[in-house]
Amino acid sequence: MISNGKPSTINIILDGKEVEVPAGINLVEAAGIHGTEVPHYCYHPQLSVAGNCRMCLVEMGTPMRDRATGEAVLDENGIQKIGWVPKPVIGCGTNVSPGMHVKTKSSMVTESREGIMEFLLVNHPLDCPICDQAGECRLQEFATDYGRGYSRYVERKNVKPKRTKLGPRVTLDDERCILCSRCIRFCQEVVDDDVLGFVDRGSFSTLTCFPGKELSNNYSLNTVDLCPVGALTSTDFRFKMRVWFLKESPSICVESSAGSNILVSSREGKIHRITPRRNDSVNDSWMTDSGRVLYKKVSSDSRLLSASVSGNASSLTEAISAASEMFKDKKLGVVGSCKSSVEEQYLLNKLSKNLKAKKFLRGHFGKDDGILLSADRTPNLRGNLVTGFSNKYPSDQLSDLSISIQKKQVNALLVIGEDLSESGVDLEDLKSIPIVFLGTHQNATADFSDVVIPTLTSFEKSGSFINRSFRLQSFKQAIPGPVGLLPDLHVIASLINALCEDAEQSSDLASIWKQMSKSRTNPLHGLIFSKIPGDGLQLDGSKWNSLPFIEKKAMHFSPLKQLQKSKI
Amino acid sequence: MIKKNIPKERRIILKYADDPGYSNKMNCYLKNGGYKMLKKAIKMKPDEIGEEVLKSGVRGRGGAGFPAGMKWKFLDRKSGKPIYLICNADESEPGTFKDRQIMYKDPHQLIEGMMIAAYAIQAKQAFIYIRAEFFEGARILEEAIAEAKAKKFCGDKILGSSYSCDLIVHRGAGAYICGEETGLIESLEGKRPNPRIKPPYFPAVLGLYQCPTIVNNVETLCNVKHIMQMGGEAFSKIGKPNNTGTRIWCVSGHVKKPGYYEFECGALTLGEMIYDICGGLLPGRTLKAVIPGGSSSKVLRADERFTGKLKDGTEFDWGIDDIPLDFDGPASVGSMSGSGGIIVMDDTVDMVEAMANINAFYAHESCGQCTPCREGSLWMRKITKRMCSGDARKEDADLLLSVANQIEGRTICAFGEAASWPTQSFIAKFRGEFQDKAKHGSSKPKLQLI
Ligand SMILES: Cc1cc2nc3c(=O)[nH]c(=O)nc-3n(C[C@H](O)[C@H](O)[C@H](O)COP(=O)(O)O)c2cc1C
Ligand code: SF4
Ligand code: SF4
Ligand code: SF4
Ligand code: FES
Repeated sequence: MISNGKPSTINIILDGKEVEVPAGINLVEAAGIHGTEVPHYCYHPQLSVAGNCRMCLVEMGTPMRDRATGEAVLDENGIQKIGWVPKPVIGCGTNVSPGMHVKTKSSMVTESREGIMEFLLVNHPLDCPICDQAGECRLQEFATDYGRGYSRYVERKNVKPKRTKLGPRVTLDDERCILCSRCIRFCQEVVDDDVLGFVDRGSFSTLTCFPGKELSNNYSLNTVDLCPVGALTSTDFRFKMRVWFLKESPSICVESSAGSNILVSSREGKIHRITPRRNDSVNDSWMTDSGRVLYKKVSSDSRLLSASVSGNASSLTEAISAASEMFKDKKLGVVGSCKSSVEEQYLLNKLSKNLKAKKFLRGHFGKDDGILLSADRTPNLRGNLVTGFSNKYPSDQLSDLSISIQKKQVNALLVIGEDLSESGVDLEDLKSIPIVFLGTHQNATADFSDVVIPTLTSFEKSGSFINRSFRLQSFKQAIPGPVGLLPDLHVIASLINALCEDAEQSSDLASIWKQMSKSRTNPLHGLIFSKIPGDGLQLDGSKWNSLPFIEKKAMHFSPLKQLQKSKI
Repeated sequence: MIKKNIPKERRIILKYADDPGYSNKMNCYLKNGGYKMLKKAIKMKPDEIGEEVLKSGVRGRGGAGFPAGMKWKFLDRKSGKPIYLICNADESEPGTFKDRQIMYKDPHQLIEGMMIAAYAIQAKQAFIYIRAEFFEGARILEEAIAEAKAKKFCGDKILGSSYSCDLIVHRGAGAYICGEETGLIESLEGKRPNPRIKPPYFPAVLGLYQCPTIVNNVETLCNVKHIMQMGGEAFSKIGKPNNTGTRIWCVSGHVKKPGYYEFECGALTLGEMIYDICGGLLPGRTLKAVIPGGSSSKVLRADERFTGKLKDGTEFDWGIDDIPLDFDGPASVGSMSGSGGIIVMDDTVDMVEAMANINAFYAHESCGQCTPCREGSLWMRKITKRMCSGDARKEDADLLLSVANQIEGRTICAFGEAASWPTQSFIAKFRGEFQDKAKHGSSKPKLQLI
């Protein structure tokens, strides 16, 4: 499809109009590009073509050629005749070819759609008022858009299992299943965990797990998103909220450096679910199950909700001034974070540079699943490199911090979120110096810090992360933060303004980006926050090629070393 | 009264099968000249055999009637992938029982035909996919293959040549859809027999294990042996142009002598088959309808007049008795010769009940993969069952027709047509009976409808 880096295009005739489309794509996509909907159920751009729902039937013809000579067959006006296929063809399984004619609005197509819709509904329970999918159901939508609007069915409907638990997180209502096989193909093709299949045949075909297996992989909830109807539901979400009440905000998953694009669905400031947002360069249309529950931390018991100085609750302003007092004339150490946003890391680096503070950084690592859960369990390790907070690859320990304290190179500490007690730092060393802790949740370090300043989760603020492929992706505030709290940027900017001479640091994203993007040698050069595209922006990270990045080959990601090797 | 010339059977495939004393054992087959054609073939160039088959004009006996030589030509030989040959022995079309005769009585003929075909297409491996219910057939074939292997007629280094090809019998598990070639291939791969979408999965290019594959019916493959024997040219003289060779017709239903009969294509008419060969109808009965090519072909009414033009331009005006039995005859009257299963129905048949019976079969056998066939076949079954249970409505005939029309041409595989053609033709030709059911329907106990 793509040659010489340029996608080649061809012309087809769509509903009588000549249009240009990329070569090699199918008719559902081709029509979609030109604003014509070809309704479909089983087709999914990121799964193999099954061609089973038959909702995408269209009329198709190709310019006629003589079989023997290969010459164009002309009509009486000297125009090449079109050989129309006498039957409708599936749009999802038919690829464009030069000069192809496609009709998506003919009576043959309309009747086909009416027929398919009727068939899909004859054995369907049609109890939308008590169905969790209502409001985001393709069956409802296409029945309204393409169905006849009345029923001719007077027979008994088939009975199938209800409320089947397919695994720990997914519940199935087989009567609602339209047997599109998306969920089956997803498990086979994306997760390589072949657990779902159909048993019985004909209209009695029933989706189920293979004997002795369950749908428990860490991607199982994607089947719920994929399911065009209310058959597969999230055990966590089902029957708790009507989807039309939900506000959707684009965001980025913070679970790992994969940086899956997500949608945060909330109502009145409360998050109800997280679903993947399509990004063909990052996560296709998927995300991990484990990433979907991270929102629960927003209101977990350990959430820090008020500032404190020496263990006593204080206002935010008091805490910030106490912190700046504490740092005056001190040899400051700053423990940054791979979980902070690019902008926060930039300001923290600025603060550190101005105060000649020593910078520390630790990484968080786990097992790489080779898909969307990468070994680097932080969303923004690379932000530290790009903003200059660090030029080394962090380890999962902070052993040099202990040494610096012992050598008296550091006698005050600003910690962003990290729990130092888990990072190989000697607690006795820490007790000897004043510590200011900025973070969202309580931990052992927050407990013995002198000043604690609560901050916001990624759902409550805006900013950007740089993922494992050095892709810059922005996230937008989805819900308001707890009353009285301010964004981390505001806190760090206040510290800069209090501690650095003549500083007038703004905490506004646009102005921070103005500063950040100034340097010609920086990959962020010339960028504007509001102009970061919804699907992110690929940065040039080649400067850091020599660092020992830990991520394995995964979805839309190849480790640098592998790339280099393959070039040799 | 002029004494009619009763057409005579010409048995090529079933030449020996029913001879007294003929057995399905190797020594019997060899005694009757068996495996000579394989010996001849293995010395020829593979392409030469393909040419003979092309010349013979032999058309597939599995249902669609596609020329075998042409199919072989479509085989993708450049892919570098192994090539497979599959014999479709799933014979499940209601009304069809010819392949069974061959496999049970003369298995070596099939093996010889297959090995010649395998050599011609240079198959790496050959399979016989046999329906589950033919467990005895599978046993017979296994035994015959063991005998053939011992004599180097298949397996390693066939007849001392450098060509090797193993032959494996694979038993189905009892599903009609495994007869559809791509469903068969899926099943052979160990999966649910969900037929594949075409494009892109044409067996000759992306068949078994995504390798180029030829699927042919049992009878088709047996013909390959006879094409070797007489040469393509001579074979093409049997029967009629475009309808070459013999066909084994399976006659069932209300005739005195149902059975299988092998005739040259076009050698007799449907009427001759029913009255001269099968002894006519049972005493006191009159002919009502004939399904000429297995249950999925369109029904013909006894009192219909069929007019039109044949492919060669000659006009015809036939009654049901005049329809020639070959490929083109039934096709030119809007039905098909299909798998050769002729189902004869006399005046005792309630056409709605016959329809209900057929619909029950297709609803049960739909693989369930694609929407129109899956839902339509069961819906039609529910309607006809209800109609037969005393709850017919006057709109049912139209509804049935409309449901069938919504299936035809919109499915993944030809099962969609197989399931809708019966309904379409029954309603078109016996609408009155369907409407009468609505009038007299309440004689039987009512079906509980919820
Ligand atoms: C629903 C369906 C059932 C079929 N069943 C059989 C069968 O039982 N035996 C068979 O030989 N062909 C059957 N066919 C035809 C095969 O798909 C295929 O065309 C045939 O095996 C090719 O062999 P031939 O060219 O020698 O006829 C069936 C086709 C359909 C659509
Ligand atoms: S799956 Fe869709 S159409 Fe079916 S009951 Fe639920 S909302 Fe209604
Ligand atoms: S459960 Fe949903 S996704 Fe899976 S086959 Fe049924 S309708 Fe399709
Ligand atoms: S037409 Fe019927 S048998 Fe064929 S694939 Fe579709 S559902 Fe299966
Ligand atoms: S979307 Fe094309 S057949 Fe389902």
